[in-house]
This record gives sequence, C-alpha cells and structure tokens, in this order.
Amino acid sequence: MTTPSRLPEPYGQGSSANLADILERVLDKGVVIAGDIRINLLDIELLTIKLRLVVASVDKAKEMGIDWWESDPALSSRARRDELARENAELRERLARLEELEPRRAQEESP
Amino acid sequence: MTGLRYVYAVCRPFGTPLQAQLTGVGGDPPRLLPHHGLVAVVSHVPEADFAEEPLRAHLEDLDWLTGVARAHQGVIDALTTVTTPLPLRLGTVFRDDSGVRTMMQAREEGFLRTLDRLEGRVEWGVKVYVEAEREPEAPAAPAPRPASGRDYLRQRRMRTKSQDDLWQRAEAFATRLHETLSESAEDSRLHAPQNPTLSGASGRNVLNAAYLVPRVKSEEFVERVDRTKDGVPGIRVELTGPWAAYSFAGEETTEKEGT
Repeated sequence: MTTPSRLPEPYGQGSSANLADILERVLDKGVVIAGDIRINLLDIELLTIKLRLVVASVDKAKEMGIDWWESDPALSSRARRDELARENAELRERLARLEELEPRRAQEESP
Repeated sequence: MTGLRYVYAVCRPFGTPLQAQLTGVGGDPPRLLPHHGLVAVVSHVPEADFAEEPLRAHLEDLDWLTGVARAHQGVIDALTTVTTPLPLRLGTVFRDDSGVRTMMQAREEGFLRTLDRLEGRVEWGVKVYVEAEREPEAPAAPAPRPASGRDYLRQRRMRTKSQDDLWQRAEAFATRLHETLSESAEDSRLHAPQNPTLSGASGRNVLNAAYLVPRVKSEEFVERVDRTKDGVPGIRVELTGPWAAYSFAGEETTEKEGT
C-alpha cells in the first residue's frame, strides 16, 4: 500500500542537487526530536550556516518587499536589534518618568 | 554493539528492501529498527564524531556538514522511492537502540498522525530567479559617454528604471506562479531566498517555495511548472524534487500557517 505510484523523473536531485536545497531541508525542516546527544541546531553555531543560506539575496528581496524572515530573531540580527531597541526605548521612557519625579521629591523633601 | 545511533527517518513498515549498496552517514548502511507499528531507519556512527562535543565542532565545518547532509538526504531519497518517510532533522543521535525505541514509544501517536497526513505525498521545490542585472554591459556596446552631468544622471536613471521594471515584473510573476501552484498543491511553504554562493545558481533567488503534492498528481504539477518556464524574459524558474515532505513534516505546521 505504501509502494509509490509512478513519479516523474527527478529534477535536480541526487548528487547534483544544489547544496542550499539540501541544507535548507536537512537542517531547517524535518521533524525535530531531542536525541541523547543534545545538539540544538538553532544554537549559534548553525546560525552562521543559516545566515549563509539567507543573507546574500536579502537586499534584492527586500526591494521587492519580501522581508518576512526579518522579524524572525533566529534568522535576523536586525530582529534581535529591534528587540533591543524596543527594550532600550522602554527603559529610557521609564528613566525619564523617574527623573521627572525626582526633582519634585527633592523639593518636597527640602523644608 | 558499539557506536551511537543516527536516526534518519521514521516510517511505517514497508515491504520493499532498500538498495543493497546504499550507505548512510559515515559509510554505514542504514538499518531498520522496528517498534510497534513504526520503523526507525538508523545508522551506527562513531562516538568520536557524533558525541556532543565533536558533533558541535563538526557542524561548523561546511565540508563535513555537506558530506553528512548529502548522506542523510541520500537515505531519505532512497526511502522515498519505497515508502513515505517522516524525515528527521540532521543530527538526531541516540546512545543505543533502546534509546531510539523509547523515543518512538513516546512519540508514536504524533508520528502516526503525521505519517497519515503525508501518506502518498511528496514535496516539490520551486524557485524563481531574476537573471543577474545586465549592469556591466559588454564593453563592445558602451553607453555613449555622457556629455554632461545631466546626461549622466539621465542614463543612470534609465538603467535603474529598467532594473526596477524587471523587479516589478519578477514580483508579479512570482506572486502569480505561487498562487497557481498553490491551487494544484495540498499545502505550501515559503522559504527564505537562497544564497547564490551556496547554491551556485546564477541570478537572484526571489521565490523559494515548497509544495506538498500527492504522488498521483505530481506529473500534472510538474507540467504546470514546465508551462511557466519560458514565460518572461530575465526570469528563470527552477524545479526540484520529488523530495520527502521535509517542509511539511512538523506536527504543528498547519496551525502555524499564516501567523
């Protein structure tokens, strides 16, 4: 029952398959299972590979408005920076509010 | 038995034997490890390469990684000709057979569900490239030397404009193609565009999509892709497959869609 029916001839597969095609599938897709050997492919090590997969086409793709990976912190240092920037802005705001309170309190405290 | 267990895939039991000369990661032939209604496909791999520390180091080595990735894909590919495998991510390693069985036991239900969903289906990859900008025009036909700064700017603007036009056409083309192909597929995924250095492909990759297609409809799907191939000058369509349904193997994929 599991025997496949006839398939068209393979296209660009096997030994001639482009390395990026293979890597993006075996590294990025497929079922994730925590084995006994704990290697998290999402760790920094592989990030370098992931970035190599993605980066070079980015400029042109962005011109076309294809930018959906940019918001993925795992794929985009920009996304990570954005997170930092957001946090930074929040902290500044809080600091400003605190500084505003400060002189008032200083006035209240001084007799 | 010595060595660690590298797991490629989980399948339902299948009758057809794998090719006799098939070798997997590290040159070890893939073996079948049955458990209940499932079979794990495993190789014995040396600890010296696949224990945590060495594996971590190896993964940084693109040549080593390439070898393992091709071997992994080779086994999955062979499985795809005889059954519908559930491909695991590269580098799924257990200490021994019993570790693999325990994992199968724990994930049995999910595996069976996903295998049912993917049964009889394969993945086709479709990429659209915009051929490299013809910016460095052959010196045989040099643009007339700009007579003034204004001339220069005008020439530049025209070059940029024709490039913009090509990008706009490419965008419209890729969007239309993806819509058309999604109609003849059960499911689809958009992947990040590929790096030309790694892929060795010419031109810029602007669409990199995967489509889940029943085997029986694959021929029709391939013809559909073929018909688009000579569509627009400056734009190239590339088809790869049939792949095991890598891009659709995650259990929670359908819920994630569109978020």
